[in-house]
Amino acid sequence: MIEEAVALSGILFAIGAIGALVRRNVIVVLMCIELMLNAVNLALVAFSRLWADATGQVFVMMVIVVAAAEVAVGLGIVIALFRNRESVNVEEVSLLKW
Amino acid sequence: MSEVLFYAFAAIAVAGALGMVLNLHNTVAAALSLVGTMVALGGLYVLLEAYLIGVLQILVYAGAIVVVFLFVVMLLNLRRDVFPAGRQWMTKGLALGISLVVLVRFLRLVPGSFGEPAALPEGFGGYREIGARLFTDYVLAFEVTSLLLLAAMVGAVILAKREPSEPDGDPRTPVSRSEAS
Repeated sequence: MIEEAVALSGILFAIGAIGALVRRNVIVVLMCIELMLNAVNLALVAFSRLWADATGQVFVMMVIVVAAAEVAVGLGIVIALFRNRESVNVEEVSLLKW
Repeated sequence: MSEVLFYAFAAIAVAGALGMVLNLHNTVAAALSLVGTMVALGGLYVLLEAYLIGVLQILVYAGAIVVVFLFVVMLLNLRRDVFPAGRQWMTKGLALGISLVVLVRFLRLVPGSFGEPAALPEGFGGYREIGARLFTDYVLAFEVTSLLLLAAMVGAVILAKREPSEPDGDPRTPVSRSEAS
């Protein structure tokens, strides 16, 4: 079950990475980042079970807190962005593009 | 029994993730797919003997974070995200290719890399053991995360706050919502 869980976490991380790179809706990009954080959490829980060591689960709690903070700030930025640009399309927010 | 449950939860998680990424038209449905993935992951955590994390996953992710996403979608009236035709096909194709290559290499590494899981101590994954670790070995990290949450809260309020309306002639005045849509 450990191997399957680690493989599943890789699959979920890849789906999240592809979504974050390909989708253009800022909110969906944020959701994909959440998915990637969750995939990492799954791998941490699986390794915590493998070695019967609860430290991995403490790390998962830290990741959950960071994800919550990231969503709060990210969605605040999305609201400010929408107020200024009337759009959530990432291709229209390209001022810093090289 | 637990094998069957494991594969069922894994299938739900992958289906929800794909449903979120591939749903090009409806942001609300994408967020609800994400709820399915989060709940399935909570079930997987329970199957992997991380009971407290499983409960926290459902409370925090399915219960709070996705609800915040839905609030923002509703607030911005984004039920349909219809964008003009996309560009940058080469960049996106490259992103897709690299991600898939890395995934395949990763999946090839996994089989046979781990030994048998160690024997579980009494009360593994319960609130008692996690709490003891959190408040002894990792108490500094715990306090720093509380500071992080405070900073995020203040930052979110300041970012989302409506600026006091300025006198007319302000070039930043947005066009009205009905015109834009």
